[in-house]
Amino acid sequence: MRKVLEPLRQEAIQRWQALQNSDKPVILVGAATCGRASGALDVMAAIEDKLREQGRDAIVRQVGCIGKCHSEVLVDIIKPGRPRITYGHITPELAKQLVEDYLVNDNPRTDLAVCAASGEETDIPCADELPDSKHQIRVVMCNCGHIDPGSIDDYLAQDGYMGLAKALEMTPQEIIEVLKQSGLRGRGGAGFPAGRKWESCLKAKSDQKYVICNADEGDPGAFMDRSVLEGDPYSVIEGMAIAGYAIGASKGYVYVRAEYPLAIRQLRLAIQQAKEKNLLGKNILGSGFDFELEIFQGAGAFVCGESTALVLSIEGRRGMPKPLPRPRTTEEGLWGKPTLLNNVKTFACVAQIIHRGAEWFKSIGTEKCPGTAVFALTGKVNKSGLIEVPMGIQLKKIIYEIGGGVAGGREFKAVQTGGPSGGCLPADLLDLPVDFDSLTAAGSMMGSGGMVVMDDSTCMVDVARYFLEFTLEESCGQCTPCRVGTEQMLKILHDICEGKGREEDIDLLVEMGKAIIDGSICGLGQSAPNPVLSTIRYFRDEYEAHIREKRCPALVCKKLIYYRIDPDKCQACGRCLKACPVQAITGAKKTPHVIDLSKCTKCGVCFEICPDRFSAVERKTGQAEELN
Amino acid sequence: MVTLYVDDLAVSVEKGSTILDAARKLGIYIPTLCYHPDLTTFGGCRVCMVEANGKLVTACRAPVEEGMVVRTDSSAARQVQRTVVELTLSNHNGDCLTCVKDSRCKLQEVANYVGITPERMAMLRSAVPEVEVDESNPFFKLDRTRCILCGICVRTCQEINGVAAIDFGFRGHKTTVVTIGNKGLAESRCESCGECLERCPTGALARKDYEQPSREVKSVCPYCGVGCGIYLGVRGDRVVSVRGDKDSPVNSGQLCVKGRFGYHFINHPDRLTAPLIKRDGVFVEASWDEALDLVAARFLETAKHYGPDALAGISSARCTTEENYLFQKLLRFLGTNNIDHCARL
Amino acid sequence: MCVENFEVSLNEVFSRFKGRREELIPVLQAAQAAFGYLPVEVMKEIAGFISVPESQVYGVATFYAQFYFSRRGKHTVKVCLGTACHVKGGGRLMEAFERELGVECGCVIPDYQFGLERVNCVGACAIAPVVMVGEDVYGHMESNRVKEVLDKYEKGS
Repeated sequence: MRKVLEPLRQEAIQRWQALQNSDKPVILVGAATCGRASGALDVMAAIEDKLREQGRDAIVRQVGCIGKCHSEVLVDIIKPGRPRITYGHITPELAKQLVEDYLVNDNPRTDLAVCAASGEETDIPCADELPDSKHQIRVVMCNCGHIDPGSIDDYLAQDGYMGLAKALEMTPQEIIEVLKQSGLRGRGGAGFPAGRKWESCLKAKSDQKYVICNADEGDPGAFMDRSVLEGDPYSVIEGMAIAGYAIGASKGYVYVRAEYPLAIRQLRLAIQQAKEKNLLGKNILGSGFDFELEIFQGAGAFVCGESTALVLSIEGRRGMPKPLPRPRTTEEGLWGKPTLLNNVKTFACVAQIIHRGAEWFKSIGTEKCPGTAVFALTGKVNKSGLIEVPMGIQLKKIIYEIGGGVAGGREFKAVQTGGPSGGCLPADLLDLPVDFDSLTAAGSMMGSGGMVVMDDSTCMVDVARYFLEFTLEESCGQCTPCRVGTEQMLKILHDICEGKGREEDIDLLVEMGKAIIDGSICGLGQSAPNPVLSTIRYFRDEYEAHIREKRCPALVCKKLIYYRIDPDKCQACGRCLKACPVQAITGAKKTPHVIDLSKCTKCGVCFEICPDRFSAVERKTGQAEELN
Repeated sequence: MVTLYVDDLAVSVEKGSTILDAARKLGIYIPTLCYHPDLTTFGGCRVCMVEANGKLVTACRAPVEEGMVVRTDSSAARQVQRTVVELTLSNHNGDCLTCVKDSRCKLQEVANYVGITPERMAMLRSAVPEVEVDESNPFFKLDRTRCILCGICVRTCQEINGVAAIDFGFRGHKTTVVTIGNKGLAESRCESCGECLERCPTGALARKDYEQPSREVKSVCPYCGVGCGIYLGVRGDRVVSVRGDKDSPVNSGQLCVKGRFGYHFINHPDRLTAPLIKRDGVFVEASWDEALDLVAARFLETAKHYGPDALAGISSARCTTEENYLFQKLLRFLGTNNIDHCARL
Repeated sequence: MCVENFEVSLNEVFSRFKGRREELIPVLQAAQAAFGYLPVEVMKEIAGFISVPESQVYGVATFYAQFYFSRRGKHTVKVCLGTACHVKGGGRLMEAFERELGVECGCVIPDYQFGLERVNCVGACAIAPVVMVGEDVYGHMESNRVKEVLDKYEKGS
């Protein structure tokens, strides 16, 4: 089949090279959802306007997420004969300026540049040597931010579809052997060996089988799958086609959240293009293998990340996971047929593993967890972004080197991984290697890849409460431990946060948490207590401060804090007085203002509005002296 | 047959049986709430958790295996059972004395078994939902504060009656039993057969005018020709309830709205106990001879003047088949085919 | 919006489907796109079209967060309460919007200008806390900018 692919590939490579060696400048705008949220489309329009105005010709292209979310909007410019330069924090005004300065007047504006592709530009750091780049290895996201997600030729030029073409020359069992040798584990969170899953599906006898890609990414603070679909949908489609061939399925579904309109659009376009090139549909590459792909828009239910719930959802039912014992989805899934369900990132790895071989994949990461991990690194970190690191990397490297440390010079307190199913890890675990097993052993989990950094202004009881609130809403509601248990735990946490906690509550939470883990039907309930249990395990003193001293050390829990104006710092500017929505602040010109705590609703508006140079409004915890 | 050990006792059961089946065969009690023998298993309540070969499983779903060792009272199983029941109670309107299911309540039974202490309950926060009781149905009410979301009513409506007037709605802690648009049962497709409330383990679905009978009398439903077996609940000389006879080959315990709830006519003051003849615009009690003579005379008179097709007869569904046969014989003898009866639901 | 004439648009929606059980969620999505929300009458029609009991159509629709059962505001304010936004004060921001609009999260103001909702991550964590009004994204939001943001829509309405 590689012979059939070759002409398509050559044509694509020629086009790609023509673009790289173009005599016109090439301008790439990062226009995935994160870029768009920061104004990428306005920047692009500004660039096009300016080019027109100046009568300049350039190729302007949209690319997916390159991962440096902290510097959005990102614009790359490749001038003929010059290295690719990446510019960050570009606004429409700066974009116009940049066109004028660099394209017209040949001033590369090193002050705006983030990095350059090679070390030739003396004043710009080299991309590969940036602290946030040097620990990263791109497998899943190798094409994101690099290719135009709307052009299958771009993908073909990056060795795209070499994996499928090779796979079609192999037997299904051979493909599965390669996958097993590679040690690839499912990237959806639990880390089940992909090869074994595929094999069980291959062995299931049926006239019809299905391949489903789970892109129902619902974790708050996670957007890896979305970025892959937006930046490189082809890798997922190719991986799914290989899976279809390997297990004997002719139909696949991509289950995408309806809240991801751009990802759906890119995916639809990619499917269309793949069909046109006979890389999807009937008799793919003349192999006799048929594979159709359909998009199913998930209607918003976190629990549908669970395989049986997802299947029920496609069947048009309530996504309530089926209790054990039940047949595996690989044996009895969609409409009772054997169904292979993997995460976006798992499929994105497959094509490269087949193309480059199991040994290549095993050379990345650790022995038990080969390959890379993709994280959405966010929270109180200097450089938020989408990162891809080899498995086994230490947490501190991610946070301090890639993430540039805790924002605002504050003190690191915890890092949360695994979203609502995961846990919070404290500073003394920063040496922990990041892989499925180590994180689980530490009371958290890999999850699908959210990583939220928290500093000393984050209250761990409040964080536990936050995640529990999420699971409470997202529980399917069928089993008692999860439905009522999360509500009960949440009520207790509410009480603790409001200073109404009781001494026995911590032990009660631990005991109840364990029973919920043992008693729940599915993974959602079985992991729902994790955020609470892990914060109790590592930050018990914070719980105790709330319960015994009625204090919130991080100054977050509203009922346990109060605001006060430091009379020595107050300059009587009147800003807080005017802004207070309940007229709780009194004062006059040249008289330091005072907050009437009996009226104050603790909304914090005064605290936010007080100019940094005064910082007169203080947030305090414990019993206010004024109320004594 | 599969042989296994439940609490050290050996038992042999059919392949495909569940641990619950095996335990029940041995007479070993395993608490259940959402399990009902008439319905598909759900597995949502989680109170039947037992330890099988060292793993916690739900007894109602887990199939037996050869040589399986089941412990219904291991500390891990007990811990889950107890927490689940405590949680269920924290979410349940505990005003038992005003509940019609008091002392017949499955939740009470299960709570007694696992052992609930006031000290433990005091540690939990109350999470009883604040919702109005749905009183829209004339015969029974749906009190969601007493609902434990076992889903028995939902499955009954789908699997037994085939109406599916209700389903689970919403999700998470907001999950509740709903009709379309979350409106009252009376506005839904509910046929008021009452099968759901017969199976409801708590007082969530309960009769409005419930009176505990002092004895029961086996009988046959008088409404239609099906002949469902029933038990009439009697208190003094009044009929206060009807329930289906599970052993009846006709209905296996099921009843329709009329059979289950339409018994009030028996003791109703307006019920006719003697023939009435209208004299000077007022109904007056008469003897059977008087009444039958009048009917016969009027039949003959009408047939003579207007022809026999001017006559028509409607018989009651409460008549037996034999009575109906005789009735149509009578009308055909009078020369008319205009015969009907009301045995429709 | 004109729910009274829903049969016309509903037939248009139905014409795109075959009426099979597995189409229930796509049909609900299409109906919501046509009407803005899912009126009970529409759900009853869908039940007939798909041949599914009415209660189950409602059971499925209420299970998924995407579906609405009452008229929505002209502009929907979505305050992101994803983890990154939460730790950066998304909750206080929500309170500020509730105060300014005079309604709780999940409600629509009486003149249907604005609806207020929470969302569990818009994926713009780098510019947290984030608020969306319609399709517009506001990053690094602060409580004291709430009025200013809302004013933009009030005037242009």
